[in-house]
Amino acid sequence: MSHSALDSSPAAAGSQPAIDPAPGETADKGQPSRKPRRSFLPYGLILPAAILEILIHIGPMLLGIWIAFISLTQLNLTNWLNAPFVGLQNFVNGLNPESTIGQAFFSTVGRTLGYTILVVGFSWILGMAGAVFLSSNFKGRAILRTFFLIPYALPAYVGTIAWAFMFNQRDGAVNQILVDTFHLFGDERPFWLLGQNSFGAMIVVNIWQLWPFAFLMLMAALQNVPTDVYEAAAIDGATLWQQFRTITLPMVRPANGVLLMVMSLWTFNQFNVPFVLFGASSPKEATLVSPLIYQNSFGSWNFGLGGAMSVLLLIALFIASVFYIRMVLPKGADND
Amino acid sequence: MIETRNFRILRNVVLTILSLWVAIPLYVVVSTSLKPLKDVAGLFQWIPREITASPYLDIWTTVPLAKYFQNSLIITVCATLCSVTVAVLAAYAIARLQFKGKRAFSLTVLSTQMFPGILFLLPLYLIFTQIRNLTGLQLQGSYLGLIITYMTFTLPFAIWMLSGYFASIPKELEEASMIDGTGRMGALIRVILPVAKPGIIAVAVYSFISAWGEVLFASVLTNETTKTLSLGLKAYASESDVFWNQLMAASVVVSLPVLIGFILVQKHLVAGLSSGAVK
Amino acid sequence: MKNPLKVLASLTAVASLALSLSGCGGGSPQATSDTITYWASDQGNSLDDTAAKLKPSLDRFTEKTGVKVNLEVISWTDLYNRILTAVTSGDGPDVLNIGNTWAVTLQETGAFEPVEGKLLEAVGGEDRFLKTSWSTGGAEGKTPTSVPLYGLAYNMYYNTKLFKEAGIEKAPVTWQEFVETAKKLTKDTNGDGKPDQWGFTAAGASVSANSHQAFVRGLQNGGTLFDKDGKPTFDSGPQVEGVKQFIDLMATDKVMSPSDAEISQGSQKIDNLINGQAAMLFDQSPVKNFEARGFTDWGVAPIPMMSAGATGDLGTQSHVAGINLSIFKNSKNKENAIKLAGFLTSDEEQVSLNKAYRSLPVVSGASSDPAFQTEEVKAKNDALANHALPMPLIAKEGQMETLTGTAIKNLFAKAATGTVSEDDIKAALKDANNQMAAAQ
Repeated sequence: MSHSALDSSPAAAGSQPAIDPAPGETADKGQPSRKPRRSFLPYGLILPAAILEILIHIGPMLLGIWIAFISLTQLNLTNWLNAPFVGLQNFVNGLNPESTIGQAFFSTVGRTLGYTILVVGFSWILGMAGAVFLSSNFKGRAILRTFFLIPYALPAYVGTIAWAFMFNQRDGAVNQILVDTFHLFGDERPFWLLGQNSFGAMIVVNIWQLWPFAFLMLMAALQNVPTDVYEAAAIDGATLWQQFRTITLPMVRPANGVLLMVMSLWTFNQFNVPFVLFGASSPKEATLVSPLIYQNSFGSWNFGLGGAMSVLLLIALFIASVFYIRMVLPKGADND
Repeated sequence: MIETRNFRILRNVVLTILSLWVAIPLYVVVSTSLKPLKDVAGLFQWIPREITASPYLDIWTTVPLAKYFQNSLIITVCATLCSVTVAVLAAYAIARLQFKGKRAFSLTVLSTQMFPGILFLLPLYLIFTQIRNLTGLQLQGSYLGLIITYMTFTLPFAIWMLSGYFASIPKELEEASMIDGTGRMGALIRVILPVAKPGIIAVAVYSFISAWGEVLFASVLTNETTKTLSLGLKAYASESDVFWNQLMAASVVVSLPVLIGFILVQKHLVAGLSSGAVK
Repeated sequence: MKNPLKVLASLTAVASLALSLSGCGGGSPQATSDTITYWASDQGNSLDDTAAKLKPSLDRFTEKTGVKVNLEVISWTDLYNRILTAVTSGDGPDVLNIGNTWAVTLQETGAFEPVEGKLLEAVGGEDRFLKTSWSTGGAEGKTPTSVPLYGLAYNMYYNTKLFKEAGIEKAPVTWQEFVETAKKLTKDTNGDGKPDQWGFTAAGASVSANSHQAFVRGLQNGGTLFDKDGKPTFDSGPQVEGVKQFIDLMATDKVMSPSDAEISQGSQKIDNLINGQAAMLFDQSPVKNFEARGFTDWGVAPIPMMSAGATGDLGTQSHVAGINLSIFKNSKNKENAIKLAGFLTSDEEQVSLNKAYRSLPVVSGASSDPAFQTEEVKAKNDALANHALPMPLIAKEGQMETLTGTAIKNLFAKAATGTVSEDDIKAALKDANNQMAAAQ
C-alpha cells in the first residue's frame, strides 16, 4: 500500500499506481448503475474486522488507558465502574524517577530496549543467513527449510520449557555440553537462570523462537531475486560479500521495514518467555516491561499503577512507530 | 548467489550450525519424553539408558489431555477460519476500494500491535463481563470468547499481509470478470481468491500457530470444560510434583498437529509470503 | 479447492455454526438449582489426583443432600488470577478454596459471604475449630469471610539413612545445632573434591516459601515484618538477622547446594532428600511425595528455634498455613453452598479429606482420629497449635510475600554466583521495604 493510496483522492485508486492507471474509474463510467453500491461496499467489507477490532482491541485499549486514571484495587474490583478517579496520581506514584518503583520502571524500560535490539538483531542475522544459503539449490534444501521453521511452529510454552530444562545448572544439557564436554568455565557450572546470565539465557530462548519468522519472511523476499543478476555481478568480479551488499541487501529492504517493526513490537512486549523461564518474579537483571507491569497489577491487585506504566509505554511506542514508518519504510512498501 | 567453492563451504558451515542450534532443544524434548521419570531426575543423558513409551500413555490420564485437545482444535480451527474470512474481506477493501476513513482504519489496526498484551487481559475480561450483563452472551469460559479473542489478535497482521498480497494481483484479472457480469464480490471469490490461495494459507498458518500456543488469555478466559491444550501442559509441572518426561511427551503430542499441518502447507506458505507482504 | 465460492461459503458456514454452537453449548454448564460449582485448590500429587481424592466426599454430599457438585481443581499458579477475575466479573463459583494468607485481601473485595448467621451455624461455630487456623479467616476485629478447611504447618523432615551414616542420633533443636548438624551432613561422597551431599535443601527460587522463612526467622530473632502501626519493618535489625541466618546456609555455612537457588517448585527439594543429595528440609506436607516415590527413610522434627524451649513470638516455627473455604456472595445457590461448607468441615469429612491429602484437621473433633496419631502428624499438630502465628493479616499480604520472597530469591541467586555480605541483605530488604511502604 502506497502512502498515496491511503489518501482519498480517486487518482490513487490502486495500490500500485505504476502498473495501474486507475482502471476503477473506467469501469465505473461503463457501469454507472453500480455507483451507489460501491460507496457502501467497502464499509460492508471492513465492518466485521472493525467490529472485532473495536470490541477486542480498541475497547480494552481505551479501558486500559482509563484504568490508568482511576484507583482500581481489591477494594473496588467488584464495582469497578465506580472506582474513584485519581487523575495523574498513578503516574506520579509509578513513574516518579526518585521513587523505588519509578527507578525500577525506567531501568526496566532501558533493559527491555537493549533486549529488543539484541533479540531482533540476532534473529534477523540468523534469519538472513538461513535465507541466503537456502535460496541456493542443493539436495535436502526443502527438508532443512521445514526443519528451520519448527521452533516457530512449536507452541511458545513448549520451546521455553525445553530451554528451561536445558539451562538447569546442576543437571541441564547446556552445562553438560559446555562444562563436562568442553571443560569451559574452569569446570565451575555456571548458573544460566540466575543473576546477570539470566538476561542472556532469556535472549537465547527468544531468538531461538523468533529467528525462524525472520528466516521465513526474508527467504520469501529473496525468492524474487533473479539468478542472472548475481551471474552478471560475478562476471564483473564482485566477491560474495559485495554481491550480498549490493544485490541481496537492497532486495530485502522493503521486507525489512515491516518485519523489523513487527518483530520489535512483539519482542518489546514479550511476556511468555520470562514468565515460563522465571515464574511471576524475574531476576532483577532480567526483568522486562511486560512482566513488571504484570507484577505491579496482577501481583498486587493495583491496576491503576500497571495502567499508568502501560500508557507511558504506549505513547513511547506510538511515537517511535510513527517516526519509524515515516523514516525507514520506503514509499510504496508500507502495507499497514 | 553464485555457487563458488567458498560459497559452498560457507553454506555448509552456516547451515550445520543453524541445524544444530535448532536440533538440540528438539532432541532434548523428544529424548526426555522417552525416558522413565527416575532417569530424568539426574544429570542429562544424551543417550537414554532406557527407552519407554509409558510417558506417552500416562499423559492422557495425568491430565485430561484428550478433552483439551478437542477444545484446542475447536477454538483454533474456528478462530483461524473466521480470522481468514474477515481478513480477506477487509484486506480486499483496503487493497482495491476507495473510501473515506481508510487511512484511519489502517492506522488504527496497526496501532493495536503496540499496546502491551498483558494490559488487555483485565479490560478484555471486564468488557466480556459487561457484554454478558447486557446481552446474556457468555464469553468467559466459553469457546466463543476465546475464538473471537484469538481471531482479533491475528487480524492486524493478517489484514496487512493479505492487502499487500491482493494489491500485487493485476487488476486486469478482476476487471475481465466484472465485465462478464459478476459483481465485485463475485470477482473477489472467483478470481482473486484462487490466485491468492498461497497468501491465504500463509495467513491461516500464522493464525493457527498464534492461537494454538497462546497461554495467558486462555488462563483466564477458560474453565475446566473449555481449557486448551497449551494450558493443560502446565498441569504436568504442578507445585507438588513435576513429571518432566510426561511434560515433554505431552509437548511432542501438542506440537505434532501443528508440525504436520505446517509441513503440508509449507510450500504454499513460502510462495504466499514471497508474492504478498514482502514483495 | 475447486470452487472458491463454495469453499469460502462452506468455511464461513462451518465457522458460524461452530460459533453459535459454542455460544450456546460449549460454555460453562448452566447452574441449575440442584448443582453448585466448587473450585478446589491443588492438594494432591496432581490436579487429577486432587480431584480423585475429593470425589468420594462430594459423592457422599450429593447422596445426602441431593445437590450435585460441579468440581474444578485449579492449579496454584492460576488460582489467584481466577479468583481475581471472578471477583471482578461477579461471575464465580458458589464455593471456593483460597490460600489462607489471601483471606484479608479477598475479604476487602467484599465479594465473599461473611461467616455469620446461617453459615456460622452450618460450620458449627468458631469453637469447633483450632484457634490458630480460625484466626486466618479475615482481618482482626472483622467478621471473617473464610473458614479453615485444611491445616498445614512447617516441620523439619530429614533423611534417616544419611543421619545414621553421619552418626547423628537426634534431630537438632536449636538453630546453632541445626547448622552444626547440617555441616556434618555436607560431604563429598564421590571424591571429586566438591560436596555432593548437602546438609540442607530449600526451594531458593520459591517466592512464597522464602517469604514464610522471612516471617518465621524474623520472629525467632525478635523482629516483625510490620510494626504496631502497620508500617513495614523488613529492614529492621532482627529481621535482617533472621534473613541472614537463612541466606547464610548457602552463603557462609555452605550447607546448602548453590543449585538450590534455581529450585522454584517445592517438590524438587523433596526429590533431593529422597535421592540422598540433601539431608534436611523444611516443608508443610512432603509425605504424599515420599509415598508416591516409595520412600520410607524419613524422620520428622520441629523447626529449630534460636533457643530450646522458646515460647511466644520467639518460639514461632511456622506460619499458620492452610487452605480456607469461602462462599461467593453472588452465589445464586447460597443455601446449598452453605450446606457444602458445613459438610466439608464436619468431623467425618475432615478426617477423610485430611487423611487423603496428608494435611491436618482444622476441627478439634477430628484430631483424635487414629489416622492423626502418627509421630509426623502429632509434630505438625503441635507446630500448628502451639508454635504458629498467622502471616500478617493485611490486605497487601500478597505484595508483602512477593517483595520479601523475591528479595530472598535474589539473595540466594547472589550467594550461588558469588558472595553475599550483610550489607547486601540490608540493601535488598530496604529496597523491598521502600516498595512496600510506597504501595500502602
